[in-house]
Amino acid sequence: MTEATELRPPAGGSPDTKEVLLNLGPQHPSTHGVLRLVLEMDGEYVERVDPHIGYLHRGTEKLSENFTYTQIFPLTDRLDYVCPPSNNLAFALAVEKLLEIEAPVRAQYIRVIMAELARLSGHLLITGALPMDLGAMTALLYAMREREMIMDLMEMVTGARMHTSYCRVGGVREDLPEEFAGKIREFCDIFPNRIRDYERLVEKNRMFIKRTRGIGVIEPEDAIDLGLSGPNLRASGVDWDIRRDEPYEIYDQVEFDVITRNEGDCYARWRCRVEEMRESVRIIEQCLKQMPEGRFLADIPTVAFPVDKDRVHSSMEALIQHFDLSAYGFKVPAGEVYSAIEAPKGELGFYIVSDGSPKPFRMKVRAPSFVNLQALYGTKNARYLADMIAVLGSLDPVMAEVDK
Amino acid sequence: MTGAAVPFIARLEKRFGDTVSYTGVSHGIHIFTASPEIIVDLCRFLKEELGFNFLSDICGVDYLPDTPRFEVVYHLYSLSDKWRIRLKCRLEDPPHIASVAGVWRTANWHEREAWDMYGITFDGHPDLRRIYMWEGFEGFPQRKDFPLRGYRDELNPFGAEGVPPTRPDLETKNIPGGTGGKS
Repeated sequence: MTEATELRPPAGGSPDTKEVLLNLGPQHPSTHGVLRLVLEMDGEYVERVDPHIGYLHRGTEKLSENFTYTQIFPLTDRLDYVCPPSNNLAFALAVEKLLEIEAPVRAQYIRVIMAELARLSGHLLITGALPMDLGAMTALLYAMREREMIMDLMEMVTGARMHTSYCRVGGVREDLPEEFAGKIREFCDIFPNRIRDYERLVEKNRMFIKRTRGIGVIEPEDAIDLGLSGPNLRASGVDWDIRRDEPYEIYDQVEFDVITRNEGDCYARWRCRVEEMRESVRIIEQCLKQMPEGRFLADIPTVAFPVDKDRVHSSMEALIQHFDLSAYGFKVPAGEVYSAIEAPKGELGFYIVSDGSPKPFRMKVRAPSFVNLQALYGTKNARYLADMIAVLGSLDPVMAEVDK
Repeated sequence: MTGAAVPFIARLEKRFGDTVSYTGVSHGIHIFTASPEIIVDLCRFLKEELGFNFLSDICGVDYLPDTPRFEVVYHLYSLSDKWRIRLKCRLEDPPHIASVAGVWRTANWHEREAWDMYGITFDGHPDLRRIYMWEGFEGFPQRKDFPLRGYRDELNPFGAEGVPPTRPDLETKNIPGGTGGKS
């Protein structure tokens, strides 16, 4: 079992075994959505894997060519629906680069807090879901309990639990509510102990260890070659985090460690995420300390909606501004931009080509899950079908993002 | 300006001459336009000699009605030097370019996506099939001349009138149960 195999047949099968074509999914609880894997099986061994994706293809890129920039925010929510604030942030940053504007400092802090909450939400899901895929149900129930707290925070800030659409070009939609500060401090106090609980639940679970340690190893060179990013890449020992290496927003003002592990197996990928959650809490705490008062949306009438809604009813200029932005959107100078952030799943990039109109000429989403899913081809030591499930779970693809 | 700030620009121009041209830096990314014939050599050189070991993304763009109509855009990143570059290749209709799946394995799905959405053929690709649309689908949906709601048929009463203007996907045309080959 220590010998590395690349999802290829073991040498010399028994003469009376026959290859079987096995369809896993698209409706299967352990495929995390509508992923269909066509597996060529030799008994219990997976010989070849062919992922069929596209069951959730909604044509986000084509649709966005027909939407104004503000209208695209709800579309980005639906990419990685576990952590929409990150997607909103990535898109907003790309458009802001094209417009050559920046969000006010307070807005940047708010965005980072929301993006880190999103990361916690995404990582919590996989922290619980991977053990569940492997038969350890309990962790998921506890993880969901804490995830509910994050959902409540999201609802408090944005009015929605999942599809937040909270960012706007030039800032965020609304300021943080007053009760947010108390609630999030409470959460930050409770949460690190809860992370310890998950570790205790799963870390010494023999079954979980047996099914993840040394399974689905991705070597560092392979990980880079396969374009892995995020925790999946760092679990293979490649030290790259866009938050640190190409800092955006206020990530250069906060201290955090980039978690890497060297094993590159399913356990390392799970472990990496658990430890990243601690760093996220650290970032949120620092943000809360440093966050200044001020505007939450830039004062640029051609781009941003009027902040004071009462003025819309009393001032003609504000009414026209509001109407103009809602009905026609704002024009973005012609040009191209590629802007990437460290989303919970990895490098989330938006490539936008603008022709100077209020709608993008072309918008390409570099979806991390789409790229990470390809690593199914490159894992070593995952010969059994059951290992396949562990590998798939540990890669943490969100099918809505894979299919765009 | 060229090559002064960033060492790899001079090396690229020395190695590839006129076939690669530097068009400046925009929003932190150095942009090069390359002629499509040299793309595999260029990518291999960038990866092996200049350290651009991470392929972020490959995508197609349709510039209808401009000519050349299509463009393939590569976003590369150097994990050691923290540089990003963008390579752009303009392609005539019907678009053809060599596949870089032999240079980075991650290019496999990116190129399949560009084929599926824009009908850009990547010569030498190991497995050029549709990736998002189903087998037997006709046309390339992200092309600018493909209607937003698709074409009308028994499954799509809201689509536009007409037949797909692009040639059908011959590889997957005669799949049993598919809608291929009816035009």
